[in-house]
Amino acid sequence: MKKFTLLNGLVAPLDRANVDTDAIIPKQFLKSIKRSGFGPNLFDEWRYLDHGEPGKDNSGRPLNPDFVLNQPRYQGAQILLARENFGCGSSREHAPWALEDYGFRAIIATSFADIFFNNCFKNGLLPIRLAAEQVDELFKAVAANVGYKLTVDLEKQTISTPGGKVYKFEVEAFRKHCLLNGLDDIGLTLQHVDEIKTYEAKHRAAQPWLYA
Amino acid sequence: MKAQTLYDKLWNAHVVRQEADGTALIYIDRHLVHEVTSPQAFEGLKLAGRKLWRTASILAVADHNVPTTGRAQGIADPVSRLQVETLDSNCAEYGVNEFKMNDVRQGIVHVIGPEQGATLPGMTVVCGDSHTSTHGAFAALAFGIGTSEVEHVMATQCLLMKKTKAMQVVVDGVLGRGVTAKDIALAVIGKIGTAGGTGYSIEFAGSAIRALSMEGRMTLCNMAIEAGARAGMIAADDTTINYLKGRPFAPQGELWDKAVAYWYTLHSDEGAQFDQVVKLDAAQIKPQVTWGTSPEMVVAVDGRVPDPATMNDAVKRDAAERALKYMGLKPNTPIAEISIDKVFIGSCTNARIEDMRAAAAVAKGKHVAANVKLAMVVPGSGLVKQQAEREGLDKIFIAAGFEWREPGCSMCLAMNDDKLEPGERCASTSNRNFEGRQGQGGRTHLVSPEMAAAAAIAGHFVDVSKV
Repeated sequence: MKKFTLLNGLVAPLDRANVDTDAIIPKQFLKSIKRSGFGPNLFDEWRYLDHGEPGKDNSGRPLNPDFVLNQPRYQGAQILLARENFGCGSSREHAPWALEDYGFRAIIATSFADIFFNNCFKNGLLPIRLAAEQVDELFKAVAANVGYKLTVDLEKQTISTPGGKVYKFEVEAFRKHCLLNGLDDIGLTLQHVDEIKTYEAKHRAAQPWLYA
Repeated sequence: MKAQTLYDKLWNAHVVRQEADGTALIYIDRHLVHEVTSPQAFEGLKLAGRKLWRTASILAVADHNVPTTGRAQGIADPVSRLQVETLDSNCAEYGVNEFKMNDVRQGIVHVIGPEQGATLPGMTVVCGDSHTSTHGAFAALAFGIGTSEVEHVMATQCLLMKKTKAMQVVVDGVLGRGVTAKDIALAVIGKIGTAGGTGYSIEFAGSAIRALSMEGRMTLCNMAIEAGARAGMIAADDTTINYLKGRPFAPQGELWDKAVAYWYTLHSDEGAQFDQVVKLDAAQIKPQVTWGTSPEMVVAVDGRVPDPATMNDAVKRDAAERALKYMGLKPNTPIAEISIDKVFIGSCTNARIEDMRAAAAVAKGKHVAANVKLAMVVPGSGLVKQQAEREGLDKIFIAAGFEWREPGCSMCLAMNDDKLEPGERCASTSNRNFEGRQGQGGRTHLVSPEMAAAAAIAGHFVDVSKV
């Protein structure tokens, strides 16, 4: 997995609540058996004026000029600013794959849906929860300043604004450790093979019908 | 010992080890697999040269992409076909038990697990699908996971996770005529919101829940995820045990007796503490209809589309305005005056035999309204379909002008050919009314099977409790 340590990136605002994973990456793109290549179809139904299909060349498709990510000032954004319950709905990991493939490395929102939140950490994408007032402040700052960038420091758990304001954020110690070092969860868990086997033997004795 | 919640009991029984920050390694008993979220996991396993930890814990089925007509001709869409074939070849290579497309046991993964007795009380159940919460109806700890976690479970039989908080939703009293588990689910989401359950596992309790059949309990737990909860669950009781007895994957003989004795302990203890308790009076719940693009945008069928102008919260007002624009609705329109173009009865929420019976009872001897272009019934599994046909339900639906299809996820998420065209309005028994969910530009109203059937007949929403 890609490491996440320090990021200084352009911020793009997506000012709506309950952005679901169907919107992040529509169902027709879930037919892919690959993990990569979802970036061009991120937010497909909002981003383009026509209907997208897997395998279609996206370069000539008509863009929706009203969609925020299509504005010239947000090209190259690496930090997505959103509202509450971001990533709700379907468990599709294609959503963080699409965000990451597009170029995002961090998402700042008031709250995230649980499964999406988990999925981000497996893909080197950092989801950051801030209080509603702080998120509001950032939306205002982004709107007021073209080229607005933030610095995210995972080690220190801080977000710094160009004006020098610093927001602290929470992240679970274990997830932080994995992200800072780009550790593969499966490799880590397999260090505990003996404990899993011991548990399994005990579990089998207690509930033998599960192993019949 | 301290009084425990059902969630405490299920969690504690599966902790393999725990990190200092509370992150635990949790053992997984049952892994359900479908074609959409597993190919990258199998690929990852292969690339790393890893094996499946416990092959027998996995049950696989293709459901999202499968066509609901003309199965004998195979899958026409080459991209869908490749995905289903990839599941077939991965299962063959790894020796995984799979119900293939033309197996009578094939169906929606959350319908077939319980139907086969592959979901049992006390289990941890996972699937790369958010509606895995369904299986909590059996006093199991069941939740959806992403593809990386699918791979993690395949390789280690475990998952890294932290314990959630516990919420109890108590529904006491007796449901009115025509009011169903679906209406309870939508009423709960309407009350606590789609993020109301975020960070929680929800246990549904109370006399109205105990009175529900297993089908009803599955419908309710299925939608716990739409309230943002990681899992939904209901204590095991006679209803649970009676449902499971004799199912193919359920234990038999002495093991059955031993299992049942344990399963009866799977309830929250008297005096167990929850982090939050929400109460609803069953008698006050009316048939529900969603009006917007999030399941929390819901009102009773005798209500009206709300007016965003009356909403104080700016984020909510903005969301409501956007939703009404997308849905093509005006504020204050009575729900009963909204006419529909299509009807979908199906999905992991409402495609079990009881749902088929309930919809058929409403449709019997009547006919789909002239303005309804398509009304389709998609049973949840081949066995549900077979059972319904034994009871003559297919004939009732067909005589009433409904289409009777093959089992699968179908128009709940429209990954196959079953979809809405832009602007079409649908009464749907599925679980999500998100923008584009049933087809780009499609407009979804979530309802119960009874309400969907009644809307098909009338051509617009009607209060089924008064039909």
